[in-house]
Amino acid sequence: MPSPASHWSHDVFRAMKARDIVTVCTVPDGGLTKLLDLIEADGKIGLVTLSSEQEGIGIATGCWLGGQRAVVAMQSSGVGNCINALGLPLAYRAPCLMLITMRGQWGEFNPWQVPMGQAAKPTLEAMGVKCFPVDKADEVGETFAAAADLAFNSRTSAAVLVSQRIVGAKGFGQK
Amino acid sequence: MTDRPNKIARRPFVAELLRHRGNALIVTGLGSPTWDCFAAGDSPEYLYSWGGMGLAVPTALGLALAQPARRVVAITGDGEMMMGLGSLAVVGDQAPKNLAVLVLDNEKFGETGRQRGLTAGRTDITAVAKGCGFRATMTVTEQGAAAELAQLLFKKPGPVLGVAKIAVTEDPWALPEKDGATIAHRFRTALGLEKT
Repeated sequence: MPSPASHWSHDVFRAMKARDIVTVCTVPDGGLTKLLDLIEADGKIGLVTLSSEQEGIGIATGCWLGGQRAVVAMQSSGVGNCINALGLPLAYRAPCLMLITMRGQWGEFNPWQVPMGQAAKPTLEAMGVKCFPVDKADEVGETFAAAADLAFNSRTSAAVLVSQRIVGAKGFGQK
Repeated sequence: MTDRPNKIARRPFVAELLRHRGNALIVTGLGSPTWDCFAAGDSPEYLYSWGGMGLAVPTALGLALAQPARRVVAITGDGEMMMGLGSLAVVGDQAPKNLAVLVLDNEKFGETGRQRGLTAGRTDITAVAKGCGFRATMTVTEQGAAAELAQLLFKKPGPVLGVAKIAVTEDPWALPEKDGATIAHRFRTALGLEKT
């Protein structure tokens, strides 16, 4: 695990600020805790708590239609909740940027996380989302920056998939 | 839930409401609400949708957050609203003063063969909105209530939600532009975000 000072969340946060991302929509995930804490502490990026991830796709699309940039941050299980919704930014040719922390992947303890975790990337790709998997902590920031630039400059949907190898497998008190 | 059949004729009712629009931005839910708004007179300030069921309110919320100086009104159907019911909690949490929602409620899935919808039973969307912290809600059952409902939708501090109990009617087809990129470009041009 990287030391707290070099945590990838700081790099993503800086990349968000540099790109005028002013809204983060989320159903939280353990892997997003640090980033969401940074956003809350900053107080300038609006945090929108969702009941289901698909709402974030609509909100991010609405933000862009109104001239602002947003990102949807979720756990890989949330990708399944977004499938039909992902057609909306595609239809409007609106950018849609997602930050996804993976479960069901690297050393998963909970078998219920495996089906959607394993299906997240093919599902996103089937809906026309450009996927950027990243499995090294020090590459998350630059990958997020590149995905954001692709999404907003080329008006496409892009997702950064942060490997469970970086996030760490949830142990449930087991060794 | 009402004992008598819904009376409001949707097309003239929506047209009457939109006469009170001012410069509000309208987000239309897929299907008949899109046709109703287009039939009332096209505007680049209408964001039409032909899909994305359940996303009219989230889209309107995103727009309301990005355009705090503009009123944003989502006009959608009961089936579309039911699919996005959780989004009412998100709106309640964000509490944008500039956002309103109108549900045109014929208690049926109109586009697919008029199958019975959930609001035909015990579900009251205004009660859900109240429970999610909406500042004001209203259910109207009479054609003559349009002016009063318009006051809620276009003037009162949001988030507010209205339900109009509309009749099942056979209306002439009125289909707006369906290419989403064209709709988005026209809309963003009207907001000064893109050039023609």
